[in-house]
Amino acid sequence: MGNPRTLFDKIWDNHLIETQDDGTSLIFIDRHMVHEVTSPQAFEGLRMSGRKVRHPELTLAVADHNVPTSDRSNGIVITNEESRIQVEALEKNVAEFGVPYFAMDDLRQGVVHIVGPEQGFTLPGATIVCGDSHTATHGAFGSLAFGIGTSEVEHVLATQTLLQKKSKNMEVRVEGALPDGVTAKDLVLAIIGKIGTAGGTGSVIEFTGQAIMDLSMEGRMTVCNMAIEGGARAGLIAVDDKTIDYVRGRPMAPKGAAFEAAEKYWRTLTSDEGAVYDTTIIIKADELVPFVTWGTSPEDALPITAKVPSPSDARDAGKAGAIERALAYMGLEAGTPLNEIEVTRVFIGSCTNGRIEDLRAAAAVAKGRKVAEGMNAMVVPGSGLVKEIAEEEGLDKIFTEAGFDWREAGCSMCLAMNDDRLAPGERCASTSNRNFEGRQGRDSRTHLVSPAMAAAAAITGKLTDVRELLKEGN
Amino acid sequence: MEKFTTLTGIAAPMPLINIDTDMIIPKLFLKTIKRSGLGANLFDEMRFNQDGTEKPDFILNKEPYRKAQIIIAGDNFGCGSSREHAPWAIADFGIRCIISTSFADIFHNNCFKNGILPIRLPKEDVDKLMDDASRGANATITIDLENQEIKGPDGGCIKFDVDPFRKHCLLEGLDDVGLTLQKEDKIQSFEDQYAQSMPWMARS
Repeated sequence: MGNPRTLFDKIWDNHLIETQDDGTSLIFIDRHMVHEVTSPQAFEGLRMSGRKVRHPELTLAVADHNVPTSDRSNGIVITNEESRIQVEALEKNVAEFGVPYFAMDDLRQGVVHIVGPEQGFTLPGATIVCGDSHTATHGAFGSLAFGIGTSEVEHVLATQTLLQKKSKNMEVRVEGALPDGVTAKDLVLAIIGKIGTAGGTGSVIEFTGQAIMDLSMEGRMTVCNMAIEGGARAGLIAVDDKTIDYVRGRPMAPKGAAFEAAEKYWRTLTSDEGAVYDTTIIIKADELVPFVTWGTSPEDALPITAKVPSPSDARDAGKAGAIERALAYMGLEAGTPLNEIEVTRVFIGSCTNGRIEDLRAAAAVAKGRKVAEGMNAMVVPGSGLVKEIAEEEGLDKIFTEAGFDWREAGCSMCLAMNDDRLAPGERCASTSNRNFEGRQGRDSRTHLVSPAMAAAAAITGKLTDVRELLKEGN
Repeated sequence: MEKFTTLTGIAAPMPLINIDTDMIIPKLFLKTIKRSGLGANLFDEMRFNQDGTEKPDFILNKEPYRKAQIIIAGDNFGCGSSREHAPWAIADFGIRCIISTSFADIFHNNCFKNGILPIRLPKEDVDKLMDDASRGANATITIDLENQEIKGPDGGCIKFDVDPFRKHCLLEGLDDVGLTLQKEDKIQSFEDQYAQSMPWMARS
């Protein structure tokens, strides 16, 4: 028996091709996802150097950032010329290099981080990369998944490997159980609020503890998805029955005897007893309430029961300056109760919260209610398949009867690269992952929330503690 | 990739913490399929009004910082997305070195792929350089990568750490893909072994 190893150590060791004297390592990449925004220059690089894609079959491409989410029954037209050119460039590149691709009119199209798990392209124990920071999502499967830049996309396309230095091991242990009405999103916002947006820098965070293992796979994906907002290279969660059950039967997952052999290995994908982490942070789940962000960084997360902070609350001058700037940008006054902040827009969707369970949670709040006067609330399923399931369950009817706008799959207003965006000064409760200045449109104001909290805000027209609506009943 | 050896230039002070990739290059400009030309939109929303006119208070709109080649930044520079458009825009503007107490991981990686040197220093050193930078044109800073030294305007010298492999690649202007492809034998033998031990990972 060797030394006890963390889950991250195990996956790292299993993919290590070589390590140079200075610690720079070459690791093998099992799965590479590609989207239209961060890949054109990588394919161009291959073309210019006469290189080909080493393993097209380990690569999967889908357009998501630029695709319109308006009705597709009469075909899909991208009106913005640059957006259209970018998607066309992807289509040309995948054809030229033989990379599997889900076209925009394919039912399986959607946000790349929803599509991978849904198809069984994402597997436990795999190394998974994509030119997208939210690749961290796939860590929910006990896989090492992280975002890379376009130069690295080119490197993986050409070599199926990546040059990396091994990150540190960080554990975020969430003890106890989450109270009713408190979700994976609230939990991850609370974690980022605690560790800060640079808290995980240089580390892979393994999320452990009862509250994490109690989460569904969807919830675990939400938590890992936002590991990057805590600065981490990746988020990771150990494999258990839920992981195996989720993967079994997916179209691209191994079948039959191959699945059984894989399962045997996958079940070893937990940190060993006595494995050492460089840092451990402990969070008490039972003390948590629904969280929202008030400012322009995901670390600006507070309980919905709290008030907008003041620069004088800051731990140092740098943060005080950031709070002052954020208050001005967000048009907020220090001391305002968070549940009095009015919103006119709501966005439910994204790689953070665009899965079926998220839509069910939002629909449970929306059911039998109506959105507030003047509210524009969008629901954007994470993929065509999520949309199909939601419609089979009648969720679309619940949303439309409540006055929500039921749309097609894509990244949409999470980053507003397509036509879905906020007007300057508009304020939105959003289930996405970033509340940066300008994220949802120039001078847009974003408050990050869970799907249930977003639905509650749509109903009341202000940031609302969803537990109050849940108490009332539909 | 353009080599990085020594650089003497004007440093722009940007004390704001958590300068994120959406600030560095808003998504509007991610629709390009080229690497070049993004410098015109570097820090777009901080630098320009909606009608395209300059915001006079923004540091890179002031003399002498229009010609800055170095940024001295607050904590956690480059957090957010993986977009390499951020270092492309920075390099295209003419900035080759960023100094801060900390950088987001992906951005930090991306810099080295584009001939940009990100330097991490303790807070006291960053504060000192921030102060030097605020003195403008008389306060040029020299970055000597070979010797891992920053020479300030008053003759002071600050040593910095850099990963030896990345230093080598920057000094020589080496392209990672070419280097890795020289290891074809090792990659192939890994793949052969892996196909035996983890056959279910393959896809046909």
